[in-house]
Amino acid sequence: MTLSNPVPPGDSGSADADLAASSETVATTARSPWYLQLPIISHLRRSVGLQRGMLITGLVLVIGLLLTALFAPLIAPYGFAATGADGVKFGGQQPPSAEHLLGTTVTGFDVLSRVIWGTRTAVAVMVCAVVASLFLGVALGLLSGYVGGWLDRVLVMLADAIYAFPSLLLAIVMSIVISGGQSNAWGGILAAALSITVVFVPQYFRVIRAEVVRLKAEPFVEAAKVIGTGHRRIMGTHLLRNSTRTLPLIFTLNSSEAILTLAALGFLGFGIEPTSASEWGYDLNRAMADATSGIWWTGLFPGLAIVAAVLGVTLVGESINDLNDPRLRTRKKRSRAARKVAA
Amino acid sequence: MTDTRSPQRLAIEDLDVHFATDGGDVHAVAGVSLEVAPGEILAIVGESGSGKSVTARAILGLLPETAEESGAILLSGTDVVGLSGKRLRALRGEDVSMIFQEPSSAMNPVFPIWWQIGEGLKAHRPKMTRKEIRAEAIEALEKVGIPDPAERIDRYPHEFSGGQKQRIMIAMALALGAELIVADEPSTALDVTVQAEILDLLRDVRDRFGTSIIIITHNMGVVADLADSVAVMYRGSVIERAGVKELFASPREEYTQKLLAAVPHLGRNSAWTALSQEQQQEIEDAAPVVVAKDLVIEYPGRLGRAPFRAVHGVDFTIRAGEVYGLVGESGSGKTTIGRAIAGLERTTAGSLQVLGHEMNGVRERDFKPVRRRIGFVFQDPATSFNPHLTIQECIAEPLIVHEPGQSPAQRAQTVRSLLESVELPGTYAGRYPHELSGGQRQRVSLARALVLEPELLVADEPTSALDVSVQATVLELFRELQERLGFAALFISHDLAVVDSLAHRIGVLLRGELVEDGHGPDVLHRPSHSYTRKLIASLPVPDPIEQATRRAAFAKEWGRDAAT
Repeated sequence: MTLSNPVPPGDSGSADADLAASSETVATTARSPWYLQLPIISHLRRSVGLQRGMLITGLVLVIGLLLTALFAPLIAPYGFAATGADGVKFGGQQPPSAEHLLGTTVTGFDVLSRVIWGTRTAVAVMVCAVVASLFLGVALGLLSGYVGGWLDRVLVMLADAIYAFPSLLLAIVMSIVISGGQSNAWGGILAAALSITVVFVPQYFRVIRAEVVRLKAEPFVEAAKVIGTGHRRIMGTHLLRNSTRTLPLIFTLNSSEAILTLAALGFLGFGIEPTSASEWGYDLNRAMADATSGIWWTGLFPGLAIVAAVLGVTLVGESINDLNDPRLRTRKKRSRAARKVAA
Repeated sequence: MTDTRSPQRLAIEDLDVHFATDGGDVHAVAGVSLEVAPGEILAIVGESGSGKSVTARAILGLLPETAEESGAILLSGTDVVGLSGKRLRALRGEDVSMIFQEPSSAMNPVFPIWWQIGEGLKAHRPKMTRKEIRAEAIEALEKVGIPDPAERIDRYPHEFSGGQKQRIMIAMALALGAELIVADEPSTALDVTVQAEILDLLRDVRDRFGTSIIIITHNMGVVADLADSVAVMYRGSVIERAGVKELFASPREEYTQKLLAAVPHLGRNSAWTALSQEQQQEIEDAAPVVVAKDLVIEYPGRLGRAPFRAVHGVDFTIRAGEVYGLVGESGSGKTTIGRAIAGLERTTAGSLQVLGHEMNGVRERDFKPVRRRIGFVFQDPATSFNPHLTIQECIAEPLIVHEPGQSPAQRAQTVRSLLESVELPGTYAGRYPHELSGGQRQRVSLARALVLEPELLVADEPTSALDVSVQATVLELFRELQERLGFAALFISHDLAVVDSLAHRIGVLLRGELVEDGHGPDVLHRPSHSYTRKLIASLPVPDPIEQATRRAAFAKEWGRDAAT
């Protein structure tokens, strides 16, 4: 018997009559509406104490990021490429003031607007990159793990080969191949997303493949084979649904890595042109020279935006990781009242 | 509050353990009080979830962080409950030691045996030299009857068999001079013949060193064989505490009576003798469903290594309506044969005819239509269901695959009537597997295997993961369904008593060879092979008086040579 997870009440009875009765209660407590069983919501309900605090902080940051991205045109005081309003130039390197809450950059952009519009680029790249690598990685992993043999060996070798490259270098190469280094908004976003995809696909591939290889030997898959179930049904019904447990975790951790890779690409000059879209990494790059001359506002705020976005997504991911693992999960202490009754 | 000079080696007073879980608070142990005298062997019996392991682990302070305990555990006068790490560590090993169920996972595979024994010694006597440790290790291994200890202390755990590893675990406990050994199902993972040796060793240890032993088990045969007194646990409390003879002769509580009644007893109610003469003749004359001739099954070896031969030239026949029981220890190839019949394993040579199809070199496409005529019940009901499908979907899966034309309403109807025939309410169809208990899940497993009305059922240790009382009801259900539906079955088990109560014909496998094949009473009373005789003799029966005479007979024939 396991000690960390004492058997549910339905498992301990001897007579079948009280088994049926106690299972009834198990069933009613275990069944809750579908929306409460969604990954992050169910995690939030299960969490307590510090873990709950971490998860909520992360969620607040992430939701803030998403809302800012969605309502950027309403929130931002100016456009991302605007160097002046009503025919009047903002002027370069203006310190924070009532007109420009966070000041202006050397090229005369409003820093606050750039930071707010930057969330759009970040979210777009994050979603494109993670979704593309998710579908490709899961499909390949499922196939490779289930079929095995030479297909598996070739795919694993390819994944290893991609791992061998420094991911940023690979992303730079990909962005040069795809867009020649610089381009318009969607071209830039897709180039960045695709180059991140190439780096992430092996991760999803590996995780799903490992799960599938493990699950393939599970009795319930063998039970399906004994029945004569076809390959497609085994992969779709039995393997896919059971192997995607860890995906929300990689999903969030990869999202934060996507933001960082995008920022790094922009910082190194392989990002999106400032007139096509706002991008934090690019702004940071331009702010480098300012920092030595005491102009702090051009670098600080895009940097803070990156930190907040990455922190939010990572906190959510780490909390999910801890909450998924029963050994890391903290639980509610028994209430004092219950303890008194017992004593 | 208690006299610390109490003569008891262990006194548990009013122990209460709570676990904090996702499903709320679980009251695992509720007010348990127990006492163990020096040199006493106490058996704690009960079903899984009755709190017996938790109680035992609390004695060593081995409960997980989520546990909260109250009460007192006086170990040679020291209260263990709430003891700090350092004092607890001093206590562990010297006063109390534990033997785990799975000896292979209780040892560190990268260190030799002397190091493993020395680790405990060093923790208590830090100044010990390597030479002293080795000397002590040799002495400890000698005590538990490992041959050539001086040479074997340099070996690694994987070079020992399961039974020897369990001996080494006992040696470790002895090396530290533990006065109390807590053994958590020490023989469950071992084969019956090895189990007899380990039980013999434990008894010997008690006799020679006066060690008290608490043995946790669900096997009533082990209790009858070894224990002086018994504590029966049910839902976190001790409901009956009695001497072993007294308990078996006149159990007081209704639950204990039920528990004892559920234990299969070797030689009583044999399935073959229960049949009438005509029925016996009918089975004898029936057409064969499975015919194995000189069947060989090999697992491919690693590159450059010879393949591993799991089954060596086995011949047997299963006739229509006959239950064939296959018995053997782990690694004897019994599961491999079952899997080969279901098409999960390829045969290497010889012939295996299943429902008229030759399995040697069969192609999956040709075998698929035959699959609907075969049902399979897996050993572990916990893992043989897809956790994401409801019971309805699990049972209906064979229908979806083989009769895609059926409407969902028809399928639901079939599932419902099947659930009724395995004595589960129809409302269970909407539940998920984890919401059912082990016994209920194994019933669902039976239902899934029977949904297409197969002519042949392969059951691979279907009850070995279940509690004794649950096992009895599942076996009863199996017997009843077999009589009603008349399918042929291959019943694989390591428990001779279970097989005898169910199978018309019994085959005994030893290292891939069928050494015995015949009807139940013939095999049990007139075994032709010495291994079968040893198997029967080493199976403990749940009756302390009968077991004592059996033990004496066993010692006379195989006795010490098994240990040395």
